[in-house]
Amino acid sequence: MTSNRREFLKLSAAGATLSALGAIAGCAGSVRPPGHVVVVGGGYGGATAAKYIRLWSQGSVHVTLVERNPNFVSCPVSNLVLGGTRSIADITHGYEGLRKHGVRLIQGEVSGIDSDKRSVKLANGDSLSYDRLLLAPGIDFLYDAVPGLTREIVETQIFHSWKAGPQTVALRKQLEDLKDGGLVAIAIPKAPYRCPPGPYERASVIAHYLKTHKPRAKLLILDANPDIVSKKGLFTKAWDDQYKGILEYRKEHNITALDAVTRTLRFEFGDPVKADVLNLIPPQIAGAIAGPFINKNKLWVGVDWLTLESDVAKNVHVIGDATFSAPGMPKSGHMANSQAKVAAAAIINLLAGQPVNPEPVVNNTCYSYVDDRNVVHVASVHTYDARDKTFKAVAGAGGLSSAPTDIEGKFAEAWAKNIWADTLG
Amino acid sequence: MKRPLASITLLISALSLLSGTAYAADPNLGRNLAATCAACHGTDGKTAGINANLAGVPKDTLVQTLKAFKSGEKPATVMNQLAKGYDDAQIEAIAGYLAAQRK
Repeated sequence: MTSNRREFLKLSAAGATLSALGAIAGCAGSVRPPGHVVVVGGGYGGATAAKYIRLWSQGSVHVTLVERNPNFVSCPVSNLVLGGTRSIADITHGYEGLRKHGVRLIQGEVSGIDSDKRSVKLANGDSLSYDRLLLAPGIDFLYDAVPGLTREIVETQIFHSWKAGPQTVALRKQLEDLKDGGLVAIAIPKAPYRCPPGPYERASVIAHYLKTHKPRAKLLILDANPDIVSKKGLFTKAWDDQYKGILEYRKEHNITALDAVTRTLRFEFGDPVKADVLNLIPPQIAGAIAGPFINKNKLWVGVDWLTLESDVAKNVHVIGDATFSAPGMPKSGHMANSQAKVAAAAIINLLAGQPVNPEPVVNNTCYSYVDDRNVVHVASVHTYDARDKTFKAVAGAGGLSSAPTDIEGKFAEAWAKNIWADTLG
Repeated sequence: MKRPLASITLLISALSLLSGTAYAADPNLGRNLAATCAACHGTDGKTAGINANLAGVPKDTLVQTLKAFKSGEKPATVMNQLAKGYDDAQIEAIAGYLAAQRK
C-alpha cells in the first residue's frame, strides 16, 4: 500500500466522522458524504470547483488540487498588461485562500490517469487515489497546424500570450521595444478558441498603446474567421472612432506558412505580411491531461451537462475550455467558474448517492476594454434543456452594451476582484 | 396577516410539489442558483468590489430589485439582460438564499 493510499483512507475515515456529525447537527439541505476528489488544474474552473466542493460539503469531501504553476495568473485582464495599464503582478494571485478551505495543494504535473483503478499518477512518481476526478486543463496549442511554427519558436520568439504569465511579459517587452512606425500583427485562429472577444480586445488596447506612445506604428488583425467572432458592431465602431489609420482588420486570413526568422505569414488568400511584432495565436485543443477523453471533433471533451462527467469515462468530470461547448456557450473564465459550481454540486450529490440538480443554470459576463478605460460587455444565461440534454442560451436574455463606457470599466474591475475572490478566496 | 406575495409563494411551492419539478426536489436549488451571481457579486453575495453586496439583503428587496431589472423599470448595464434569464420562482429561490447569508 502506498503512503498516498494510506493517507487517503485516513482522510476518508475522517470524512465519515464529520459526515456523522453533520447528520446529528441536521443542517437543512446539506449533503455531507465522505469521499476524495482530485482536481487537476488550478485555473478559473479547477480552483472554483476545489473551493466549492469543500464549501458545499461543509468539509466532508476531501479535495486535492494538482496545479503545475506556483501561482494563478489571470487571462482576463492580461490584455491590459500588454497595453501597459496593468502589471503582471496585478493579475497574479496565490493559492493560499484555497488552503484555508481545506484544499490540499500539490504543485506538480499529472503524468497519467487510470480511470479504471481511479488513480492519478504524478510526474514525481507519486499516485493519488480518487472517488471522483475533476479535470480542468484548459487548452493546449496545435503548433503543427501552422506550418513553420514549433514549440521552440513559441517559447523564444513568437509569443501567443494566450495563457497569461511569462508569455504576456515577453510580448509586452516586444511592444515596448517596437520602433515608432513599426507593424504589429495579431493572427487569430478559427473558432472555437479560448475567449471569443479576447483577440479583438487585445487589438484595441494595443492600438491604444500605439496611438499614445508610437503614433506612426500600425496594427494589423489577420483573422482566420469569416468575420469578427464576438462584439462585432462594438469593436468596429470603436476602431472607426479611435484607431482610424492605425488598426486594420482583415478577415478570412488562414495561415499557410510562417517564416519565423523574418516574422512573415503567408495565407490561403491575400498578401503575405511581414510584421515587426507578431502575435500568433495558434489553433487550440483540450489540454493534454484530458487527451484520453477527447471524443468531439478530435479536439474537445464531450460531457454530461448535468454533472460535467465525461461521455467516455466514469467518475471523470471535465470542465471549462476543454469541453465541447454547448451551443452559444463561450470558452471563458467566467463560464468555467460557473460550470465548476454545477460540477461541484453534482459531485457532492453523486458521492452521497443522491440525485443531481436536474435544472442547472450557468451564466457568463465578459467585459472587453476598447482602450485604457472604456469597456463593453456581452452577457448570457444558459439553462439545461432536458430534451436535448444540453445547455441552451435563454431566449430574450443576455445581450451587449450599447456603447463603450467608463462605468463599465469600473464594473469590469469589480468583476475581476469578485471572480478572483470567488475562485481563489 | 399573511401578505399576498407569501401566499403566492406557498401556492407556487405547492404546485411545484405536485408537478414534481426541481424547485421542490432539490433542497439546494437556491444555493446553486445564487452561485451564478457570485462571479460578479462575490461568494454568497459578499462583494469585494463596487458591485452591490447581496448577502443578508432582505428577500423582498432582492426579489423586487431583480424583477425591476427584468422588466427594465430599473436601468442597468448588465443586470437587465441577466435578470431576464431567470423565472420568478428562480428569483425567489436566489433571493431567499442570499437573504439568509451573513453580511
